[in-house]
Amino acid sequence: MSESMSELSRRRLLQLSAVTGAGLLLAACDVGGGSDTGAGGDSGAAGNGEGQIKALFMKQAGYSEDDIRAMTDEFHKKYPKITVEPSFVAYEALHDKIVAAAPASTFDVVLIDVIWPAEFGSKRIVTDVTDQFPAAWKSDMLGGALATAAYRDRYYGVPWILDTKYFFYNTDMLTGAGVEPAGLSTWDGVLAAARALKAKKVVDYPLIWSWKQAEALICDYTQLVGAFGGKFLSDDGRSVAFNTGGGLQALEFMKNTLDSKLTNPNSVESLEEDVRKIFSDGQAAMALNWTYMFNAANDPQQSKIAGKVGVAATPAGPAGGPGVNGSMALSVSSGSKNQKAAWTYVSYITSAEVQAKYAKSSLPCWTTSYDDAAVVSALPQVVPVARKQLATLIARPQVPRYNEISQILQVEVQNALLGRKPAKKALDDAADQARTLLS
Amino acid sequence: MTAAPPARPATAPPARPRTPPARRWPFARRAGGGQVRLALLLLLPAALVVFGVVLYPAGRALVISFYDVDSPFPGRYPFVGLRNYTQVLADHRLWTAAGHTAYFTAVSTALELVLGLGLAQLLAAPLRLRWFFRAIVILPWALPTIVNGAMWRWILNAQYGVANALLTELHLQDGYRSWLGNDPFLALNMVVVADVWKNASLVAFFLLAGLQTIPRELNEAARVDGAGPIRSFCRVTLPLLVPHIALVLVLRTIEAFKVFDIVYVMTGGGPAGGTQTITFFTYLEAFSAQRFSAGASLAYLTVIAILVLALIYLRLLRQSELRSP
Repeated sequence: MSESMSELSRRRLLQLSAVTGAGLLLAACDVGGGSDTGAGGDSGAAGNGEGQIKALFMKQAGYSEDDIRAMTDEFHKKYPKITVEPSFVAYEALHDKIVAAAPASTFDVVLIDVIWPAEFGSKRIVTDVTDQFPAAWKSDMLGGALATAAYRDRYYGVPWILDTKYFFYNTDMLTGAGVEPAGLSTWDGVLAAARALKAKKVVDYPLIWSWKQAEALICDYTQLVGAFGGKFLSDDGRSVAFNTGGGLQALEFMKNTLDSKLTNPNSVESLEEDVRKIFSDGQAAMALNWTYMFNAANDPQQSKIAGKVGVAATPAGPAGGPGVNGSMALSVSSGSKNQKAAWTYVSYITSAEVQAKYAKSSLPCWTTSYDDAAVVSALPQVVPVARKQLATLIARPQVPRYNEISQILQVEVQNALLGRKPAKKALDDAADQARTLLS
Repeated sequence: MTAAPPARPATAPPARPRTPPARRWPFARRAGGGQVRLALLLLLPAALVVFGVVLYPAGRALVISFYDVDSPFPGRYPFVGLRNYTQVLADHRLWTAAGHTAYFTAVSTALELVLGLGLAQLLAAPLRLRWFFRAIVILPWALPTIVNGAMWRWILNAQYGVANALLTELHLQDGYRSWLGNDPFLALNMVVVADVWKNASLVAFFLLAGLQTIPRELNEAARVDGAGPIRSFCRVTLPLLVPHIALVLVLRTIEAFKVFDIVYVMTGGGPAGGTQTITFFTYLEAFSAQRFSAGASLAYLTVIAILVLALIYLRLLRQSELRSP
């Protein structure tokens, strides 16, 4: 033992380091070299439109894995010369997977979130498809959906999942506390209802939110920023504006519901799925969540409150009630060797027919679908609400460094929610750090 | 090319009597030319693998850390010298993360050592079914870290977690509480608990191997001389275990310093950034923010820190070896 230990002497360690260093020198091929067109292939026309392509999707919310596999099987029947191999990752890993896979062109089609076109477009990770984007789509798709894949008037994908956060409530609990659902159209009404629910001991914590340190927190915050008339950025997009006015009021509102024990304290460690579970278990009376919770909470297999789920447009604050734009789009990756086939696949599964067929999981991006009897009957309670709410959506900032700004904001908003900083101080600190990231 | 040399100034050999090592290149010394060639040939595949998956990426990362690479694609990027390093060092988030990392490393390594030592003693004891206990104890270590992290996240879930149910049923706490969400420091400690649960068994097995090299006669002699079990442990067992303890300390400190996956799974760096460690911060910078150069600089700063730690440990080890007979 001691023999082998002295083997690893300091001198030996240094020798190893020196060998490593020599290896490093060998490896030191220049980053400055290579061609300028490394990320080139931007024509969107590579490949002959046949063969195999790989597509990257996410595992939760929106269309389920089964839906996507079924869509793909139908696509295979229609286009037998193209084979699609779908992969699925958690939303939290999606962005980094796209980035890490980009240089190797692992995926031909990638699902991108509404907050990424600025980053992925400007870094040419996904292709600019503006030229292939039919003019008719621009008039036939809902405005909120179109914005999903757009950055500076160019399109970097085709909108596919049109989503925003709706307000869900447990009808049984509201009746038990004598609260009328109509009163839930404003946040003041929601607070009054929550107080009534708590006072009558219908439920310990009437409200549950997805306030974990993650993008989910920013989605809830954004929706409240909209309700209180706040803005993330100044109108010219050059400075930060969330630390004053509505942005500040939204955070104070969140903190107040925690302090008054109307919000479940576990909200600060919950994602959307946790919200769904807690709501479906009957441990919360009201919650914001994506469309998919309606179906999931009404499914007796995974919910104790099936048939007791009410859904409404997001409550309004002093400045109205816009929903957060939580849509997603399908993009063709710029490194794909088979962009033609990829585009064929994207065009197919984003088409009105396919989206209408799977409307139960995710509402279509197409205006006409909302008059389609099949779509309306798939989700009769949600569609009327969606019609109203999808007309006004609030976007998170469309800037290339959005991810960094969001992470800073997540930490500071949590600092305020956990009582480690006053709300104003937390947002000022976030603004200080975020300022340099707006270029 | 500063990766290897930075440690050099600190390591000028101090004047100390030392026998020159006579075992540097056994092949070259003892064998003929043919065997050397064969040896090199046999080593070639391994060397290629090492170069391909270790040295090349490491060198590439070093080069990248001197440029401003902001996209995953090859291309032309401006050379910025040491600017990435200065910027990263000036970022307060690095120092917050460094604090969390230092705390995590110190506490988890210390706890693993203490628990591992206890476990090793138990496993070395002449019990019936000893093989069975040994198999059980190694189980946590055999669990992948990701699985371990996910398991502890569920155990500690504030709403449904087993920890809350158990502690509340036993009346050790009044009601359900948050473990990972409300208090950043508590969350960090819970990550430590999850890490200790998994790695104490590794430490135990290293020390068990050490315990078995200690001749029983030594302890028996101590007993005969009138030493109690505690005294004989402190005076006989512990000193003889020092090389093993040192080895396992080096391993565990370096591993703990690099902690990433368990944090990623259990807390995602939250709440309020309270469990963000250096490697987690590095990951966010490199992949989430696409600041690949900042990520590479952070990675090299981590390498330097670990190299310094290793040198300190090796020095301590050498001293302890010189002292022991």
